[in-house]
Amino acid sequence: MSKQAQHWEKTRGLLIMTLAIWFVFSIGIFLFGAEMNEMTGPFGYPLTYWFTCQGSLGIFVILIFWFANRQEKIDEEFGFSERGDD
Amino acid sequence: MIKGNFIDNLPKVYGIYTGGFLAFIIIMAIGEQMGMTSKTIGICFVAFTVAIYAIIGYLSRTAQADAYYVAGRQVPTVFNGMATAADWMSGASFVAMAGGIYFKGYGYMALLVGWTGGYVLVASLLAPYLRKFGCYTVPDFIGTRYGGNLTRFLAVVVLTVASFTYVTAQINATGTIASVALDIPFQYAVYVGLVSILLCSMLGGMRGVTWTQVAQYIVLIIAYLLPVFWISNKMGAGFFPHFMLADEVARIGELEQQFGFVKNSAGDLANVPKGLAGITKAHSAVNATPWAFISLALAMMMGTASLPHVMMRYFTTPSVKAARKSVGWSLFFIFLLYSSAPMLATLSKLSLIDPSLPTGIIGKSIAEVQAIDWYQNWNQANLMFVSDFNGNGTLELNEFFMGGKAVVLATPEIAGLPYVISGLVAAGGMAAAMSTADGLILAIANAISHDVYYKIIDPKAETAKRLVVARVLLVVIGFAGATIAAMEIQGILGSVIWAFDFAMSGLFFPLVLGVWWKRANREGAIAGMALGLISGAGYLIWVRNGGSGFLGITQLTFGIFGSAVSLVAMVVVSLITSEPSAATQRMVDEVRVPAGRSILGKQ
Repeated sequence: MSKQAQHWEKTRGLLIMTLAIWFVFSIGIFLFGAEMNEMTGPFGYPLTYWFTCQGSLGIFVILIFWFANRQEKIDEEFGFSERGDD
Repeated sequence: MIKGNFIDNLPKVYGIYTGGFLAFIIIMAIGEQMGMTSKTIGICFVAFTVAIYAIIGYLSRTAQADAYYVAGRQVPTVFNGMATAADWMSGASFVAMAGGIYFKGYGYMALLVGWTGGYVLVASLLAPYLRKFGCYTVPDFIGTRYGGNLTRFLAVVVLTVASFTYVTAQINATGTIASVALDIPFQYAVYVGLVSILLCSMLGGMRGVTWTQVAQYIVLIIAYLLPVFWISNKMGAGFFPHFMLADEVARIGELEQQFGFVKNSAGDLANVPKGLAGITKAHSAVNATPWAFISLALAMMMGTASLPHVMMRYFTTPSVKAARKSVGWSLFFIFLLYSSAPMLATLSKLSLIDPSLPTGIIGKSIAEVQAIDWYQNWNQANLMFVSDFNGNGTLELNEFFMGGKAVVLATPEIAGLPYVISGLVAAGGMAAAMSTADGLILAIANAISHDVYYKIIDPKAETAKRLVVARVLLVVIGFAGATIAAMEIQGILGSVIWAFDFAMSGLFFPLVLGVWWKRANREGAIAGMALGLISGAGYLIWVRNGGSGFLGITQLTFGIFGSAVSLVAMVVVSLITSEPSAATQRMVDEVRVPAGRSILGKQ
């Protein structure tokens, strides 16, 4: 397998993982919104309410930075990262 | 100031700017103590901030295509994040979002999840690859990846339909705020708003818009957070509201139980002014079906990833790596405001309905409420209304009505904050609406000038001529938007949501598959864009005219239907026609790695 094909395979693996986490916190948990709201979440808010106000939103921020770092590592591993930027 | 090592000095420049703005707020506060009228304070806030944006717009003037279309591709990660956040957070986010949460609770909060979750799709599926491509506009990518003028033209059509729907709402919002702050009729205020918008983008294009958007972000975030923290502290609800409002949320639940949600008769409701609503939904309970919540969130997420005015912000970063990180920063800056909106809604609702608080009005006599100063002001502005439906002389929960905008605009006054805060909020709302309108008008004008005029009609046109065309289009589109905004056809929030649905119907799959599916070809893209947009729009028209819809897809989520049609059409047509040329496939391979020159830079 060529270097480029390997790079793309890893990139696709990362994409699938990222989208899986994204799916859980944007769609998955809200299938059980009513049940989850009976529980108490962080800071004492009802759990589903907390996810819609802060939880999911914050997780998305962290997820994007995590994804960006992982992708950079993959690019470096195959020597595909850009030189001399930011 | 803008030239030379301006980029290296950005933190210093915007640091001084932020300090100056805070000093201005303090001067206004002192002025208020010394007897400045509230009208003068409002005018000062709006005039001062708009003047600053205009100066930045003038200093950013340029005659180079690269600077005009993509700000010279040298906007640092964090600053591009701020600019994107301002580009993204519109008048709807700033003025209407807290109100929506206040009235509709959980069902509405799907928008919070949708308008943030979409950035994960932007970062992972699209932004870095489109940055590597090196295009000026989104249709530029579609046109080059799939080849042919028809694909390029269809992309411009989808972009224009979506962005134009969106921009009329923003000009409407600038007009509303300008008419309140400057005390002039709405029909004229719309054009005042438009002129302010054009001052930012006319001379400098994307470069001007970038640096004004950063300035606008700073104004709007201060204007949103300062009142939230202040009110929370004043009420004794906690010095850091985001972590400390659990008791208040629970208290609202108790009061809802105590008062009950009494349904008003149609006859009673006929007396309530148009656009005002009462509290009829639980604040923190789950009151929507999973599918209603998820479908709205999903439509907003896919729409986010298809809206060209957001995507083109990531064309301005220095590298592919920076584009990815910049998406993270964008969402961080958006998070600061979005996570505060539910807190503002909580504080606002509790201070109005809790009888044990001095500001609470439920349970007081109607005559007493009607005598309150702020009630009279906002009643006059048609944003508040009380009526004694059951004739017992006391105000009940179901007898109090408010406009959605009032949650952001009136809460500082209700909570007893000085007027200077209300002036600040007006400036913030103006900044939010202007920055989004600028991004949208520029996206449309750039697509038409670059993709239709330069790439299709006159490929030999010189840079100077192209930029004249771009600027003329900017003004024409701005005036068309303002003219439609002045007619006040659709509410702010409704048209914003439609824009997302239009964009996802026509553009989501052609963009994503362009990178992730090598087999996607020209015929498939044409089918995907055309059938997606037509079926999405058709579904909207059908439901608007009394159609029952299916699968629980409403007029707010019609993009789910449109994009599904787009996906099927694109895959089927691609597979029954021949695969893309070897050159195109090589191009896709190159897009997928960050290293090397951009695709368009080579040609």
